[in-house]
Amino acid sequence: MKSIFDYIAGIFKGVWSLLKGMTITGKYFIRLDKIVTQKYPENRKKLKMYDRFKGELIMPHDVNNFHKCNGCGICEMNCPNGSIEVISDKIITSEGKSKRIIGTHIYHLSMCTFCGLCVKSCPSNALAFSQEFEHAVFDRNKLTKVLNNPGSSLVKDLAE
Amino acid sequence: MGYQKYDLAPLTHSIDQYLYSHLSSTWAFLAEMTLIGVVFLIFYAVIGLYLVLAERKVCAFMQNRIGPNRVGWYGVLQTIADLFKLLLKELITIRKADKLLFNIAPFIVIIASFLGIAAIPFAMGLHAIDFNIGIFYIMAVSSVGVVGILIAGWSSNNKYSLIGAMRSGAQIVSYELSVGLSLLVIVIYSGTLQLSTLVESQADGWWIIKGHIPAILAFFVFVTAGTAETNRGPFDLAEAESELTAGFHTEYSGIKFAFFFLAEYMNMFLVASVAATVFLGGWMPLHIPGLEGFNNAMDFIPPIVWYFGKTAFVIFLMMWIKWTFPRLRIDQLLNLEWKYLLPINLVNIVVVALIVLMGWYIK
Repeated sequence: MKSIFDYIAGIFKGVWSLLKGMTITGKYFIRLDKIVTQKYPENRKKLKMYDRFKGELIMPHDVNNFHKCNGCGICEMNCPNGSIEVISDKIITSEGKSKRIIGTHIYHLSMCTFCGLCVKSCPSNALAFSQEFEHAVFDRNKLTKVLNNPGSSLVKDLAE
Repeated sequence: MGYQKYDLAPLTHSIDQYLYSHLSSTWAFLAEMTLIGVVFLIFYAVIGLYLVLAERKVCAFMQNRIGPNRVGWYGVLQTIADLFKLLLKELITIRKADKLLFNIAPFIVIIASFLGIAAIPFAMGLHAIDFNIGIFYIMAVSSVGVVGILIAGWSSNNKYSLIGAMRSGAQIVSYELSVGLSLLVIVIYSGTLQLSTLVESQADGWWIIKGHIPAILAFFVFVTAGTAETNRGPFDLAEAESELTAGFHTEYSGIKFAFFFLAEYMNMFLVASVAATVFLGGWMPLHIPGLEGFNNAMDFIPPIVWYFGKTAFVIFLMMWIKWTFPRLRIDQLLNLEWKYLLPINLVNIVVVALIVLMGWYIK
């Protein structure tokens, strides 16, 4: 007797849960204002990407052209496909010590998989991802970028 | 009744008489056949293409997307562009495939669905052929399609195709029972298998209203089983994309693939129009006995609009089901049929027989 009751109860439970699912999709069908996809080339002017979006690797510089990279090379070591090359330079500080600074921070966009290991592993938070995603160019060489601006220097060096 | 002013029988009779008066009887017969064939061919192509577009749009809106919107106004020409793309594509011949069967299979599938629409009454007098066993004919003819699917799977010489075809065979053989038994409910109510008299019998109310609980139950069983019969989601085990690449039509390319694709959508149209004709009154306007003014107002809407409106409603219901539920496993699929739908149907038939015997329905 119980098994018969379970059988019939199962049918009603099943139909009820199916109806619940259909209510949800039905609501989505009616609410056309909640559409999440956008028409891309038309909305270029007002398109806003999200904070966590990984566009391309950049080195943020402040208004006085200072960055935070000290040229340690950890990002280069951590990059799984060798898209970062750090060429360091040496300067003599005012105290007479020799100090390593960043010469050129080369980033090969063509090889980057946007894994984000460089940004995560940077000890001084010098790297970040930009929101730029329109990377298409006609010349392959344009995909090799130097991240530190010419004439820029480390924030700490100013304090000394 | 007011709906008779839209009777299309005089028009078709005048065309018939015109042909017979100008041609010898053999040529007139052939001309009529060709005319009907061409009309159905165009109808088939247009309906098939636009159902694909409708499905893509409905699916998009249910997933909060926009859907096709580039080709033509809101994407109305998208599927026509797709058809031209498929026509221009290469038909790849498979090495070690059974050439004859491989090439015949898409035609069997498409002919099976093509034969079915011949018996559908689209409007009053707009009826290619009015069999006295119309429902039986549609069921018999539409189940020929599974032979095509089995041949396609077998001749492709591909394990995924074969698995897909075998699943499809098991599925259609099982669900055929439910389709037949749920239609039998209305056949018992109306006492006819002929689709034109069945529509006429709904002049004082559709069977889903007149037949109350058993008819409503039969309607939902029919829609479920019909969805399964046409290999549509959530019963699309025959072409389960994630498991079998594309199931029985994995090896097909170009227009032969398009044939399978079109046949699937036409089968959906066929199931929807049978459901609309048998349960929802076909082209018959909504009549409520006693409300003369309301009935006359309803009669102003032409029967063809009623027919396509009801069919579109059932098609939307099937799309809604497809884009809501996840795909069933093969054992769940057979459980649903043999443990749930079939017993419910058998009990329903007995109950309907009792109801008709005692006259407990709205006459």
